[in-house]
Amino acid sequence: MSALTRRTTPLTSTGIVLVLLAVSLVAGFVLTAVEGRNFLSSGNISALLTGISILGFIAIGQTLVILVGSLDLSVPYVVSLVSVLAAGTMAGQDGNVLPAVALALLVAAAVGLVNGAIVAYLGVHGFIATLGTGLVISGYLATNYQGSHGSAPRSFRLVGATQVGPVPLSTLILLGCAVLVVLMLRRTRVGHHLYAVGGNREVARLSGIRTSVPVLVAHTLSSVLAALAGLLLVARLSVGSPTIGSQGDYDLMSIAAVVLGGTLLAGGKGNVVGTLAGVAIFSVLDNVMGVMGVSAFLQDVVRGLVIVVAVAVYARREIDRRPARFERPTGLDAALQEAK
Amino acid sequence: MTTSTPLLERTERAPLPEHHRSWTGRAAAALATPGGAVYVLVVALLVATVLANPNFGDPGVVIRFLGRTAPIAIAAIGQYYVIVSGEFDLSMGAVVAAQVVMAGNLIGEDESRILPVTLLMLAVGVLIGVLNGLGTTLLGVPSFIVTLGMMLALGGLVDHLTGGAATGNPADSFREIGRGGIEDVPVVDVIPYPLIILAVLGALASWSMRRPFGRSLVAAGDNPDAARVSGSSLWWLKTRAFVISSLSATVAGIILVGYAGVHPSVGQGYEFTAITAVVLGGVVLGGGRGWVLSAAAGAVALELLFVLLTALGVESTWRATVQGLIIIAAVAVAGRAWQRGRRPRRTGSSSATSSRHLTHHQPTPGTTTGDN
Repeated sequence: MSALTRRTTPLTSTGIVLVLLAVSLVAGFVLTAVEGRNFLSSGNISALLTGISILGFIAIGQTLVILVGSLDLSVPYVVSLVSVLAAGTMAGQDGNVLPAVALALLVAAAVGLVNGAIVAYLGVHGFIATLGTGLVISGYLATNYQGSHGSAPRSFRLVGATQVGPVPLSTLILLGCAVLVVLMLRRTRVGHHLYAVGGNREVARLSGIRTSVPVLVAHTLSSVLAALAGLLLVARLSVGSPTIGSQGDYDLMSIAAVVLGGTLLAGGKGNVVGTLAGVAIFSVLDNVMGVMGVSAFLQDVVRGLVIVVAVAVYARREIDRRPARFERPTGLDAALQEAK
Repeated sequence: MTTSTPLLERTERAPLPEHHRSWTGRAAAALATPGGAVYVLVVALLVATVLANPNFGDPGVVIRFLGRTAPIAIAAIGQYYVIVSGEFDLSMGAVVAAQVVMAGNLIGEDESRILPVTLLMLAVGVLIGVLNGLGTTLLGVPSFIVTLGMMLALGGLVDHLTGGAATGNPADSFREIGRGGIEDVPVVDVIPYPLIILAVLGALASWSMRRPFGRSLVAAGDNPDAARVSGSSLWWLKTRAFVISSLSATVAGIILVGYAGVHPSVGQGYEFTAITAVVLGGVVLGGGRGWVLSAAAGAVALELLFVLLTALGVESTWRATVQGLIIIAAVAVAGRAWQRGRRPRRTGSSSATSSRHLTHHQPTPGTTTGDN
């Protein structure tokens, strides 16, 4: 029986993403070898993993928000806000690290809570709610901070520099967060409710779920994870910058990574493993194009194409798996349906 | 012969009145919806701005302001088509940048090239719209992702070709489209060309939304499944919406060459400003609600707000904060108002029903592509 079901549903979206990741790894290996370098050297592996971590934190949070049927466009501004707040509070003193981290996480959680409350209670679409809070924060940043701000002490910078073998400490923290989020999604009530509300908020509500809770949790965790990314940036750069988040395009790139990872943009379906694979694909792309000396601008072109093509691969599958409808399409529509 | 009886009965009955209320009653009802309230907002902002800065009361100043607002209003009109059909167009800013750079480099100082290059730019706009539309409808990729990919790809290409710096300078007569106007007009002194373009496009847009195309587009945004089973061709409807959006970005680009110059960063953030304007105009993200001219009015309201803030002496860096607060408030209010407007005659247990309706139609971003 299980063999039969396996044959009829060959690959899940996550499976495809992992295959895509494997393909990109092999392609990366080959292309890097052509350039006369070793893709699997420990230096390159650590560069790859370092590239994953920042976007990884944000994308995990974004996965939660998208799963619950919302979006978070405020992440780049949360990253910037956290970076200036944390670096400013640390001011180069070892003793200030803990208060700075606590302050950063608290502020981020508050921003996330506000986002969630606007979405859950005011009935504002997540796109607009988080675009709005993002704009509010960006106005605050632009008014109060010019140029880099504060500095991180040596002890905090070690977080960004420490490596366990070829694996940076930041990657381990990322994996820890990923495991926690996966456990939350799979094992806790709020995790299950998150999928239910994302799938269909009205049905979830009629089933007796308090629909506001998962929305609040998802948005809060998204901002907190963005804050971790911001803290990591402070550890790496040793200063805070009010524009570091918007420079990285973290809002759109994290959404792209989440969708690339097989999560439905409408919510209710997807997982964190796929998202991490999506982030890894971006990292491999950047790494390979960096080795090949592709200009930063052309890298954007390749990224854009990869996003659309990759999502197209399984967007078609999602359609195929839907139950048959009871109508006969006519004319061009029919031809188009068959073309799928 | 039995089939003719119901027809006979129908002709005997008195025809239904075309409208339930008088003209003024309907106008008042329209102003109470978010799509109408934006006009009240524009008037209120205009009064406030004139109070804060009496110079703004001069018709010539207002008309020049409207001329400056024209490109973003045109972009908002284009974005409206995509949003009302339930999609997003994030590639708008990149399209504006691409067109501006094309105009700068291909026209140069050679005036004879203006016409062919303009046609080429429009063709490129159509092509981008078709790619966005087919990617969304045929490939079944959410429009958020398709247009994000287009934004990255096109923006990267423009930056690559220009090296990220200003290049080229189109002939002055081409820049006149954005800069110039009809001189020596009584009262207002000058009518800027961009304003004339906006008026023409606004009239065209308003007309097209009353045509079968517009009606079907709104229906497709409201309920794609219902639109499809009623015989609408969703992919063709939405592809046309994307083409209109790219074309409007092209026109905005042509105007922007006039006073913003040629730089690959000209269109930066245009997509989000246009979406903000559309939403401020009472159009619901997720599709199916809203009026096209209200979207343009939303753009005017947004720019008026900035003028007002400047007149009040607020630091320009706080603009973003105010913009953020305004759009959240506008959408929160609009969401409720549209729901109330849909059920005008409902009485009793209104709190229970309205709260249910509020959670009923949560629009989902860029995924309401019907069976695609």
